[in-house]
Amino acid sequence: MIVEIGHFALALALGVAVVQALVPLWGVSRQDTALASVGPAAAITCFLLVAVSFAALVSAYVRSDFSVETVVANSHSTQPLIYKFTSVWGNHEGSMLLWVLILTLFGALVALARNSLPMRLRAGTLAAQGVVTVAFLAFVLLTSNPFARLDPPPADGQDLNPILQDLGLAIHPPLLYVGYVGFSITYAFAVAALIDGRIDAVWARAVRPWTLIAWVFLTLGIAMGSYWAYYELGWGGWWFWDPVENASLMPWLAGTALIHSTVVMEKRDALKVWTILLAILTFSLSLLGTFIVRSGVLTSVHSFASDPGRGLFILGILVFFVGGSLALFAWRAPLLRQGGLFAPVSRESALVINNLFIATACATVFIGTLYPLVLEMLTGDKISVGPPFFNATFVPVLVPLLLLLPVGQTLAWKRGDLLGAGQRVLAAFILGILAALALIAFSRGGPVLAPLGVGLGVFLVASAVFDIGERVAGRASGVQAMFSRAVGLPRSAWGTAFAHAGVGLSVIGIAAAAWSTETIGVLKVGESMSSGRYTITLDSIAPRSGPNFRAEVARFKLAAGDRELGILEASKRVYTARAMPTTEAGIRTDGLSQAYVALGDPQPDGGIAVRFYDKPLILLVWLGAVVMAFGGGLSLTDRRFRLAAPRRAQPRAIVQPAE
Amino acid sequence: MTAASTSRPLPPPRRMSRKQRRLMLIAAAGAVLCVAAGLVLFAMRDTIVFFYGPTEITEKGLQPGTRMRLGGLVENGSVERGPGQRVSFAVTDGKTTVRVAYEGLLPDLFREGQGVVTEGVLEGAGRFKADSVLAKHDETYMPREVADALKKQGHWQPGAQKPGQ
Repeated sequence: MIVEIGHFALALALGVAVVQALVPLWGVSRQDTALASVGPAAAITCFLLVAVSFAALVSAYVRSDFSVETVVANSHSTQPLIYKFTSVWGNHEGSMLLWVLILTLFGALVALARNSLPMRLRAGTLAAQGVVTVAFLAFVLLTSNPFARLDPPPADGQDLNPILQDLGLAIHPPLLYVGYVGFSITYAFAVAALIDGRIDAVWARAVRPWTLIAWVFLTLGIAMGSYWAYYELGWGGWWFWDPVENASLMPWLAGTALIHSTVVMEKRDALKVWTILLAILTFSLSLLGTFIVRSGVLTSVHSFASDPGRGLFILGILVFFVGGSLALFAWRAPLLRQGGLFAPVSRESALVINNLFIATACATVFIGTLYPLVLEMLTGDKISVGPPFFNATFVPVLVPLLLLLPVGQTLAWKRGDLLGAGQRVLAAFILGILAALALIAFSRGGPVLAPLGVGLGVFLVASAVFDIGERVAGRASGVQAMFSRAVGLPRSAWGTAFAHAGVGLSVIGIAAAAWSTETIGVLKVGESMSSGRYTITLDSIAPRSGPNFRAEVARFKLAAGDRELGILEASKRVYTARAMPTTEAGIRTDGLSQAYVALGDPQPDGGIAVRFYDKPLILLVWLGAVVMAFGGGLSLTDRRFRLAAPRRAQPRAIVQPAE
Repeated sequence: MTAASTSRPLPPPRRMSRKQRRLMLIAAAGAVLCVAAGLVLFAMRDTIVFFYGPTEITEKGLQPGTRMRLGGLVENGSVERGPGQRVSFAVTDGKTTVRVAYEGLLPDLFREGQGVVTEGVLEGAGRFKADSVLAKHDETYMPREVADALKKQGHWQPGAQKPGQ
């Protein structure tokens, strides 16, 4: 019964979403306020209905209701409760329902947000969001119904894919989806602005918090996914330039560019057309990512079995929304009033350069990801584009951007002073050079580029710290004054500093990967092997059993030189329901570095194959992302988003009949 | 009344017209894009790896030393483990078989009778030295290239690869 309620609520939600998509715009065009304000109510209702539906599915999983097909295919009665719960989105049907849930949640949040938005913009935004919701609800109901029944119900389920039986599944997909789907709101805002034929700083200020929310979650989602792959797959790698990974990186890059371009639009009333285009492209890339992940058209190491029919449906959605919005853009964008121009040396110009480089970097990822598909369609040749391609294209585009970032960060709006900016970043730059030189001297004969990478990271972190430090210290005048100045600084200034420092931390972590070492060998009990700074000694191998798996657990004594670091456990598990093996790596964090052990196959002579890594400073890769996201979150609490003050921001635009 | 007027205090000689500034921006964008395009084309030349099934290797007359991806089914009973991490197995598409040598740990879901994709260098007639064996997350997942290679030789039935318990 609960399952049927869930299914029915989902169908109802589709009906409400149709209302949300059509009625507000109709009201706006007829100048009918009552009709135009149907949007918020419809958006909230739609969210509540989808929430009911999602709750029904959760209940089916938690109760192990094996009369539901997806529960049978993805759950097992012996699974711990947490994995019964996360199994809900550990499969195609459920994860698409989660996607729709988040989509409608964002619609409801826009409906509930404090109403500083002009009525037409809000109606248009909710309508556009409604159209997206209709498409995805139809997709779930027609091709991926999570509530389909099975008769007769089997005695037990087939278990969740063991690789997914991990806390990573509880965290990674929801974070990633909030990011992906969050960009639907900026898309809806862009479409609404195009329909309205009008865009100004009010629009930019309204869009910015949503972009930031989506970006913060996408950043965390990607970082979490990367860390999960790192510890779960047992290869010690954290980024493989795999199509599925690129699928999340592309909207992140476009979103990063969008965050920066909306600042220009808000402060200087410029870059309007570009910002609109970027908002459309960002969500288009999210949709493309969904298509790549869900259709399986590209061979990926992160792929799960997929159904081509569903891929075709998503391709239809993709073509409709990308094509439709770009056509709308081509038709309406010329109507948007061009913003002002600005001086070549200024904060706004620096942000244009930022956008130029990020967009180019995003384009290289796009080409590398989709080229195999295009080539196969044209010639039938099958190719794969791997890390060497991206190292040769993405990295060279990104490095100049990162070198310029500290300079841009200190430039003033309107008219910057290049010489002054150069002087301000000089100290940080020297620090970076010194770090690089010290490392080169220290690791003679080691990798050449890595010290430079670390130097670049140090430069980024130091310049962010110095920049904010200068603004806090100002003309030094005592701790009290500094404290009050620190508090008085706009939160977005702090956010920028944190985000940029986070980039630097990640760069250091990525560069330091060049010093990581891998040793593969066979160990018998009592034998030792070393990798980099660490040594392990195999202490014992013993079987152990979990709730729904059997495991062979190897215990190692870990040491770094004379320093004992305790016991490290790595295991091979076999999940009984699917008879599927997984590798659980043993990882010990030592400062910012990690020692990483993964087991291989048992050898005929009684030993066991072992893969052992020393991963120096590896934690910085993800820590940097967390710091970036924290910076984004800080910006989100900026005073100007909490105050409903767009009216004040643009007094002239309102006085002047601009169109 | 827009930014043009706010930037009036600039000294006249440094001032550029709207058109000049726009041109400069376009030139800068063009330069970055050209460099990127150059990088892409350059990288395309020697970082791309082609995928072939076992039969295609002989059909296309590939020379030893070619770097490529090889995919197909791991032939039943073909996996031989050597000393240490050495392992060898046969990859087949039902018509032709290639012997693959690999040193390293195999992914968890590597099984006889299942699809596999390896990357490495062709050594000679029917011999391949792999330096990586691609992992997968899901037993029923069949890389599309492998499915196509098997289809070409008429040895593929969808659904034939369901987990066999």
